[in-house]
Amino acid sequence: MKQIQEELDKLGIGQLFGRYPFLNGYLSTQGLELNGEETDTLPTFLKKLDPDEIEDKALDAESIITGTATYISQMLEFLGDGKERSVTEITLYPGTNKDGEPENFDKLTFQRGEIVCIVGPTGSGKSRLLGDIEWMAQKDTPTRRRLLVNGDVPDPKWRFSSSDKLVAQLSQNMNFVMDLTVEEFIRLHADSRMVNNAEEVVQNIIREANALAGEQFAPNTAITSLSGGQSRALMIADTAILSRSLIVLIDEIENAGIDRKKALKLLLNEDKIVLMATHDPMLALMGDRRIVIKNGGIHRVIETNDRERAILSNIEALDFKVQSMRHMLRQGESLEHFEF
Amino acid sequence: MNLVTVSGPPSSGKTAIILKTAATLMQKGVKVGVVKFDCLSTDDDLLYEKAGIPVRKGISGALCPDHYFVSNIEEVAQWGVKEGFDLLISESAGLCNRCSPYIKEIGAICVIDNLSGINTPKKIGPMLKSADIVVITKGDIVSQAEREVFASRVNSVNPKATIMHVNGLTGQGAYELGTLMYQEEVQVDTVKGRELRFPMPSALCSYCLGETRIGDEYQMGNVRKINLER
Ligand SMILES: Nc1nc2c(ncn2[C@@H]2O[C@H](COP(=O)(O)OP(=O)(O)OP(=O)(O)O)[C@@H](O)[C@H]2O)c(=O)[nH]1
Ligand SMILES: Nc1ncnc2c1ncn2[C@@H]1O[C@H](COP(=O)(O)OP(=O)(O)OP(=O)(O)O)[C@@H](O)[C@H]1O
Ligand SMILES: [Mg+2]
Ligand SMILES: [Mg+2]
Repeated sequence: MKQIQEELDKLGIGQLFGRYPFLNGYLSTQGLELNGEETDTLPTFLKKLDPDEIEDKALDAESIITGTATYISQMLEFLGDGKERSVTEITLYPGTNKDGEPENFDKLTFQRGEIVCIVGPTGSGKSRLLGDIEWMAQKDTPTRRRLLVNGDVPDPKWRFSSSDKLVAQLSQNMNFVMDLTVEEFIRLHADSRMVNNAEEVVQNIIREANALAGEQFAPNTAITSLSGGQSRALMIADTAILSRSLIVLIDEIENAGIDRKKALKLLLNEDKIVLMATHDPMLALMGDRRIVIKNGGIHRVIETNDRERAILSNIEALDFKVQSMRHMLRQGESLEHFEF
Repeated sequence: MNLVTVSGPPSSGKTAIILKTAATLMQKGVKVGVVKFDCLSTDDDLLYEKAGIPVRKGISGALCPDHYFVSNIEEVAQWGVKEGFDLLISESAGLCNRCSPYIKEIGAICVIDNLSGINTPKKIGPMLKSADIVVITKGDIVSQAEREVFASRVNSVNPKATIMHVNGLTGQGAYELGTLMYQEEVQVDTVKGRELRFPMPSALCSYCLGETRIGDEYQMGNVRKINLER
């Protein structure tokens, strides 16, 4: 930070842009019009601005300079090797249930590439558990739970940083509001994540999304006109491939015409920890473990055993039949000779 | 007493997040009061009352809302001290994007919603640029990708702020916001002598003084003309 501050005082704006290409975007957001050839340093440039312009654009020189330094250091960290990549596990330590009684476990460790399901009645505290994980709770939530990352107290930046959040959440609601095509939208997201091979990533996401969705969509489809299933598929592919967050929280993937098994696989391929609140037997058994929540506390943790896995293959076979029937109905065929 | 100023575009969710956050603080025994500043009318006071939060409202009416805010904030602070609040929250709405009702060393929170469009952060000005905490609401109705894009836009306008996602309907994130909003060790008993973070525009023209007629001959004072030449 100190070194960046010195650079700002010494280097001309043109030189700064050469060193930090992302600065142009930042400074134009701040209302400065620059062509990248300026030889003045930023402080000098700001001093030379017309006072009327400063008032009109509501500029504040001091805050632009400190903001620039902060922005550069954030971006360098973001573009760097990415510390979050080295996260291998998170550990949850018990708190108390709604009656203040201690939870009944020593600790729970989640590894990368693992699916953990969360089950429990309405109002039992499933979302609160997801909230504790998102916040990296340190005994400072109503449940008094505590989370460690790789065995250490997590860096507080994970709580707030917009770019380095540890947790991504797939919302129940899948509406898009931006007025863009699929391709434009994913590119916008890729740009905000500063990926190098944006074009390739965009095409990859669209391909994966189409593999999940029942009905295909083209890159130039408006995102607002995607069906529920297509939106979900796009969202999951996007989160799996583009989001840097290591943990993905899912509040029930509804059965909106997407291949849920493939969707989970895609998330796991990217080596994420998937935590999913669900009551669907097929999804619940797909997890390696499931956490049962009662009265706000973790009541027990059940490992999916072989017997349950056997049931899962039966459910999957059944699900496959249901899907085929759905497909036939869609195609206008009769089920008269369907083998059941 | 702690004092924080919360502002943001109309209907961005200010009242919703204040209600949810206040509820979590009150549960911890913190005494919370609210003052609502608005331009023409507001029913927010009814919502606060219903939640058991003492509230006062100030309607700026024919005055510039930001000038009205600065002219009254000390009286409001004194009300809060007298009532014995631990935390006094001021909610301001309907300000022009050029202004911000933030005071140096007094907590400043800007509430902005995911639905407002990705170019909005850039347009808002000091209200967003000089906030300490930016709360983004309505994340439930947009996708993870849109939330990420929007937050990164906010970050590029105000890299120094703490950016938080809070859901005004379910209260997700409100507990967490509460831990930032209320700090026991902070004591503000008066705002007299403190300074605004950002000067307000220096406009004073005939229309400020009640002129309604249109045309050059009625325009006096600080007037600037649009440039229609290319
Ligand atoms: N879906 C959703 N709706 C929200 C959220 N936060 C607020 N709302 C809704 O948005 C509307 C406006 O919220 P308010 O809290 O009244 O907004 P405000 O900023 O206080 O509005 P003014 O004081 O009138 O400027 C209400 O209908 C809220 O229920 C949110 O996180 N998600
Ligand atoms: N251990 C706890 N101690 C105190 N309060 C708790 C605890 N766990 C949950 N709560 C509170 O209980 C309420 C309901 O919890 P939550 O919203 O997480 O339930 P849910 O299981 O997600 O319900 P639904 O199935 O309806 O989505 C919330 O207000 C939450 O803060
Ligand atoms: Mg829930
Ligand atoms: Mg309001």
